[in-house]
Amino acid sequence: MNRKNATWILWSIFTVLILIYFIYKIGSNDQKIFSPGEMTHGHHQIEMACSVCHTDSFGGGEILQSACVECHGAELKAVDDSHPKSKFTNPRNASRVKELDARVCVTCHTEHKSEITGEMGVTLPEDFCFKCHQDVAEDRSSHKGMAFTTCANSGCHNYHDNSALYEDFLEKHIGEKEVLSEAKNQKKSTVEQLTLMSRYPVKQYPLIKLTQKDRDSSFGSDNDNSVSYEWEMTAHAEAGVNCSACHQQKSVSGEITWIEKPTEQSCKSCHSEEVKGFLDGKHGMRIKAGLTPMTPAMAKQPMRPISHNKELSCVSCHSSHKFDVKHAAVEACLSCHDDSHSKAYKQSPHFGTWHKEVTGQSDPDTGVSCASCHMPRVMKEIDEHKLVLSEHNQNLNLRPNEKMIREVCMNCHGLGFSIDALADKNLIKNNFNGRPSVHVESIDMVEDRLKKRKKPEGEGL
Amino acid sequence: MKFKQMAFLGMASLATVLSGCSDTKVSGIEPKTMTDALFSVMEADRTVYTKLIIGRLAKKEKVIKASEHWKDEKALVLPAQMFRYGAERVAEKGADFSYSLLSLWPVNAQNKPKTDVEKEGLKFIADNPGQNFYSEEKLGDTNYFTAIYPDIGVAGACISCHNNHKDTPRTDFKLGDVMGGVVIRIPVKG
Repeated sequence: MNRKNATWILWSIFTVLILIYFIYKIGSNDQKIFSPGEMTHGHHQIEMACSVCHTDSFGGGEILQSACVECHGAELKAVDDSHPKSKFTNPRNASRVKELDARVCVTCHTEHKSEITGEMGVTLPEDFCFKCHQDVAEDRSSHKGMAFTTCANSGCHNYHDNSALYEDFLEKHIGEKEVLSEAKNQKKSTVEQLTLMSRYPVKQYPLIKLTQKDRDSSFGSDNDNSVSYEWEMTAHAEAGVNCSACHQQKSVSGEITWIEKPTEQSCKSCHSEEVKGFLDGKHGMRIKAGLTPMTPAMAKQPMRPISHNKELSCVSCHSSHKFDVKHAAVEACLSCHDDSHSKAYKQSPHFGTWHKEVTGQSDPDTGVSCASCHMPRVMKEIDEHKLVLSEHNQNLNLRPNEKMIREVCMNCHGLGFSIDALADKNLIKNNFNGRPSVHVESIDMVEDRLKKRKKPEGEGL
Repeated sequence: MKFKQMAFLGMASLATVLSGCSDTKVSGIEPKTMTDALFSVMEADRTVYTKLIIGRLAKKEKVIKASEHWKDEKALVLPAQMFRYGAERVAEKGADFSYSLLSLWPVNAQNKPKTDVEKEGLKFIADNPGQNFYSEEKLGDTNYFTAIYPDIGVAGACISCHNNHKDTPRTDFKLGDVMGGVVIRIPVKG
């Protein structure tokens, strides 16, 4: 064999080996080799589920755009997105689209570009508002001389959600106290209200209080009395939800099987909204993407080493059979989260209110737990009924954090104080243990404008 | 082909308006005929909403408020918002025409004229009450037939709201005044 033939043979073997390697990687769970760059903090968990965004091998930007809308579209609709696509498809904005093609999400949020990714996953220079709003000072003299890098400062403007920051809202809340006299969380909907949901199996599990002797878990291997006792103490037993409600599954052919460890699939038959939130948020998004459950070890935030290998599911916070919502609201969070904000919670005034509530020294719904802010009770419209449920997507009101103002902070605090507090990074770090050291002037500017103009004869019509 | 499809869709959706033209050839419809038909529907709906809903319930009977912040205030949507939400829905559905409500004296500065045709057209309809303005313009890479129709203050509610709004650049509107214009665009071959 001459040298030329040997080279060809070696080259062929090398090529085949590389091909085998890539084919193996395509079929494996670790596809990192195909990732063109590190992903944003919002998507890093699902990096190995390429098909969540790249839904089709063929096709261009429209494929990515529909993937963005699939996960984030409803959220944008709910907050009346200030810059909807329809604003930019209008031909009169063609010149603006040329500057900044805001018809598609990836213009501002390009994935796999960690080196240029800023807050909220934005991959544009901070002064991008300039492209369309360079003449803002002509209509708003108060904005003269302001740098375009400051538009999105906390308490001023957001690109998408301005539901707590629009001028009339600020005006309405001028001069509010730091702490409101009626400081209280929304009261959660009762079980009776929940049964109004069409999917609630009220016929199978009528609202009759059950005790240990009523349990229907004859299929189960676990006949431990402690389990029965724990269940008897829960809202589940109180509301007539027997063991079979979670542990039994009926197949299409009608065959009933016992599920030893129910997943969120069981929970969602009654708690669909909560499960949806869980799967949309960082706790459950891996499950939604068809990956293994999230573990704290995968997180980008500091987590307690002892919990690193804990797999997140409904019961990892709610603990099976006990379903203690008070535990889920604080201790469950602190069993994993180890960042400075979490670690400072128990020294904060918020914890003081929570401690008083759980020890019976104050009224129900007056304490502020981790969940009060990060899984807040919000009004949801289900089957035309308005229900107050816990939002289980704990990231929803953090992008950006001004989203907390209306549904969380303003339950207890005035708007101005809330804006200032959320703009103070050190205060967030020490879990609001103190007063804001920064002041956002947005309400002052509205007040100033109000004084300058002649008071209108009537509001609205 | 694109225009033919658009014309066909327009014909179907505006059957009531064009019911007397059942023998019109789809390919024969002129952009002006199309925009005139579209505007007649828009103007009729807008007037009905303003008079029968806002004028009656919010102004006369005072059973419900109408507010720019209708969601927060649990109020009726303002007529201009009603019109814009319709335009947004049309855009979301990918229709081959677009429309906007603009003014030389807009409450929202984003709704002042931007293109040369908008500037010329809005001035024309304000200076020539009762007349429409038609033109062509190139925006981006596309040529458009652009029609601008006067938007008249048809109810007291329109006048009082605009004259009293904190962001209005004009406070002396009277009933029957041209307050702005409806701009309809249809893409045409260059």
